[in-house]
Amino acid sequence: MSALGQVRMYGPAFGLMATLLLAWEVVVRALEVPAYLVPAPSQVVRAGYEVRAVLPGHVRTTLGEAVAGLLLAVVSGAALAAAMASVPWLRRALYPLLVVSQNVPLVVIAPLLVIWFGFGVFPKVLVVAVVGFFPIAVNTVEGLLAADRGMTELVRSLGGSRWQELRHVRLPAALPHFFGGLKISATYAVLGAVIGEWVGASSGLGLFITRAQTSFRTDRVFVAVVVIAALSIALFALAEALARVVVPWRYAARSKE
Amino acid sequence: MATSPAIEVRALSHAFTGERTVEALRDVNLEVAAGSFASLIGRSGCGKSTLLRVLAGLIEPTDGAARLNGEDVRGRPGHAAYMPQEDTLLPWRRALGNAVLGLELQGVPRSEAEGLARPLLERFGLGEFMRAWPAELSGGMRQRLALARTFLARGPLLLDEPFGALDALTRQEMQIWLQEVWTAPTADERRTALLVTHDIDEALVLSDVVYVMSDRPGTILERIEVPLARPRALTVVTSPAFAGLKARVLEALVRGRS
Repeated sequence: MSALGQVRMYGPAFGLMATLLLAWEVVVRALEVPAYLVPAPSQVVRAGYEVRAVLPGHVRTTLGEAVAGLLLAVVSGAALAAAMASVPWLRRALYPLLVVSQNVPLVVIAPLLVIWFGFGVFPKVLVVAVVGFFPIAVNTVEGLLAADRGMTELVRSLGGSRWQELRHVRLPAALPHFFGGLKISATYAVLGAVIGEWVGASSGLGLFITRAQTSFRTDRVFVAVVVIAALSIALFALAEALARVVVPWRYAARSKE
Repeated sequence: MATSPAIEVRALSHAFTGERTVEALRDVNLEVAAGSFASLIGRSGCGKSTLLRVLAGLIEPTDGAARLNGEDVRGRPGHAAYMPQEDTLLPWRRALGNAVLGLELQGVPRSEAEGLARPLLERFGLGEFMRAWPAELSGGMRQRLALARTFLARGPLLLDEPFGALDALTRQEMQIWLQEVWTAPTADERRTALLVTHDIDEALVLSDVVYVMSDRPGTILERIEVPLARPRALTVVTSPAFAGLKARVLEALVRGRS
């Protein structure tokens, strides 16, 4: 992409962001809003600098939980999807349960998991997995079932076995769907970990927020918000980059005809 | 020495059972000699695709015989080079990978299969696009690639309206092109082919023999030999001999109207 093209592509988003931040700064200063209510962006930056020593440790904990939970979600989601795609009655039995599971609020699940599994890292990993599992499972099931019938027939007509049909058609056809689910799960992974930590933890951004909140350091809460957003974007970008490597045909130029 | 025909269909009938039974084919008899090109022409929905799918081993017929090179293929895929109506290229395989699919499924090592595919893709005008994804190819190129994949697979060619999705001009060009690649290089090396189409010109330009099928339930109305010399040019469709043959096909099609 040319430099001009890049400006056209990303310029509007950056422009809006900068304008909003500036407006925020101006309004907070002009109205003399107390910092414990809404800190100005410049104060948030200062607060971030203050906590530069303790923050990396919390980030490490949260990111570790998010990644571990995401991996657990990938393994369990893909496995369940495979089972649901190949056994119709299992699919009919599990689908409603899956949907119901998504309607139980996280703030209810998280304390329960802490009661059952203690204050360690594991319940947080589980919260992330519970959140991330659903988009991956549902998308992958649909991908496995959506394989083009013409393609599976073609493989059969050429003498291909059921296994070859799975390997050459169904699995590659499901991959873009799987990555669609993974991107959604990756977006929510950090959030899941933070909610898990909120309930009780010895380290992590959730704990950092709780502490900042109880001492009315709203500026530090905002620091955490910025960090969480950045981490979420990073995980999303990682999933996107992985998709580009694994399913390159999705990114090939579309036919001009 | 009398050899058995490469494609042989005897008293074949098929009905689809479901909420209501649909009789698709009734007492179809057809044969294609080894190394010749035959077409099966009929209106949409007459069951001609069903016949092709029976020969590809994808449908087990209710009654009758279906043999390829003397081998019973009812419900037994893997004996034909079948090309479905859509090009059905696998989007996750590059052009070369799509071309070798049949060989690969038949257990030919990938490097050997690619060695066979490369010269064919050159001949099919895809030499520069072997590394391209199907999404990067034009409609005509996709069709040529699907044909290359079909040519590389074992067994008689079974082509189900290969040019159905193309615009009229590209379609004519592709017919002449297919006629050329099929005719070359020597008569002994020609592949047995059965083409399904509803385009009369297409059937006549390409074939040695044309079978005309009635509306559903499909049955063979007439077998018409096409004695036009090969190679045939685009202008063959304007010759008096061609017009005479076309009239015969049309008359048979009108008779077969249900």
